[in-house]
Amino acid sequence: MSIDKRIVDDLVANDVSFVTTVPCKQLAGVIEEVEARPEIFHIPSNKEDEGMGLCAGAWMGGKRPAIIMQNTAIGVTINTLATLTQYYRMPLPMIISYRGELREPVACQVEMAVHTKALLNQLNIPTYHFHKESDADELDAILKYTFMCNKPVAILTDASFWGGYGDQ
Amino acid sequence: MIRSEILREIAPILRDQLVVCNIGLPSQELHMIDDQPTNFYMLGTMGLSSSIGLGLALAQDKTVISIDGDGSVLTNLGTLPTIANNVADNYILLIIDNGSYGSTGDQPTYAGKKTSLTAVAKACGCDNVIEVQDKDLGPVLQGAIDGKKQTVIVCKCDSGNIKLPVITMDPVVIRDRFMKAVAS
Repeated sequence: MSIDKRIVDDLVANDVSFVTTVPCKQLAGVIEEVEARPEIFHIPSNKEDEGMGLCAGAWMGGKRPAIIMQNTAIGVTINTLATLTQYYRMPLPMIISYRGELREPVACQVEMAVHTKALLNQLNIPTYHFHKESDADELDAILKYTFMCNKPVAILTDASFWGGYGDQ
Repeated sequence: MIRSEILREIAPILRDQLVVCNIGLPSQELHMIDDQPTNFYMLGTMGLSSSIGLGLALAQDKTVISIDGDGSVLTNLGTLPTIANNVADNYILLIIDNGSYGSTGDQPTYAGKKTSLTAVAKACGCDNVIEVQDKDLGPVLQGAIDGKKQTVIVCKCDSGNIKLPVITMDPVVIRDRFMKAVAS
């Protein structure tokens, strides 16, 4: 089974039924799979803080949400994470494309990559780093943990996890 | 009319609905005028009232009214295409458009100058966009609730604020009692 399907299977198995996405090449297959599943309402966002607002509302309405985005979005969403998701104590699994790590072809992506873990650490956000495909075996437990503790939780998925950038 | 006068006038209409209320003075005013468990007060995160309300409307069947401001919509302008393309007929976005950033000292917004949020909402694809003058809001809002069609209301009014205290209720308490009201 493809890793994209496995990830979305874990979301569905954990009753995640409201997923917002801001696109990323690495996550394109996951986003396609989210769109295809009848169990999930997929709502693309124009910006990640908007997406976190949608997720907050959906959760208060009784649905389990998730957001799919790039790590650059951590820079965009710090205020929202602190004053909405954390302040009101809401769960939010964040499946994040960790750009700027090993095998990255675009130099500018490294500039946010070097801040990503430090920012998440500063925000006291539990953070998991998927580097090998087998790391995804923990996703089910991470989702259960997120909805147990009502916190935003970051899942960083790097280029090695996705098998690199092909011919680049 | 200024925003607090408008909220006082529509409070009886809002009372029976789920309301997501914008950060700062709008939430403080609504909290003082008619505190209800069906009110979700934003204590931070400028701009996301419309997004939280849309997510809530898409997740369940009860009517949801997001009370927003022109400045807050401008800060999250991407919300309007998302609303237009994800129609929830139990969702009303009420933009109190006083042409200024009220909570920070009434600095002018671009909505008070050349930019029409009514025209922007229409251009983004929102189907039912109604611009209304403050004194006429009540029947328009009630009509939007009864019509059960997703509606964006742009309520033009005067800028101005009243003195009132901040909300000291714990955010988790606000959220918990709101979720119980949503589920009841």
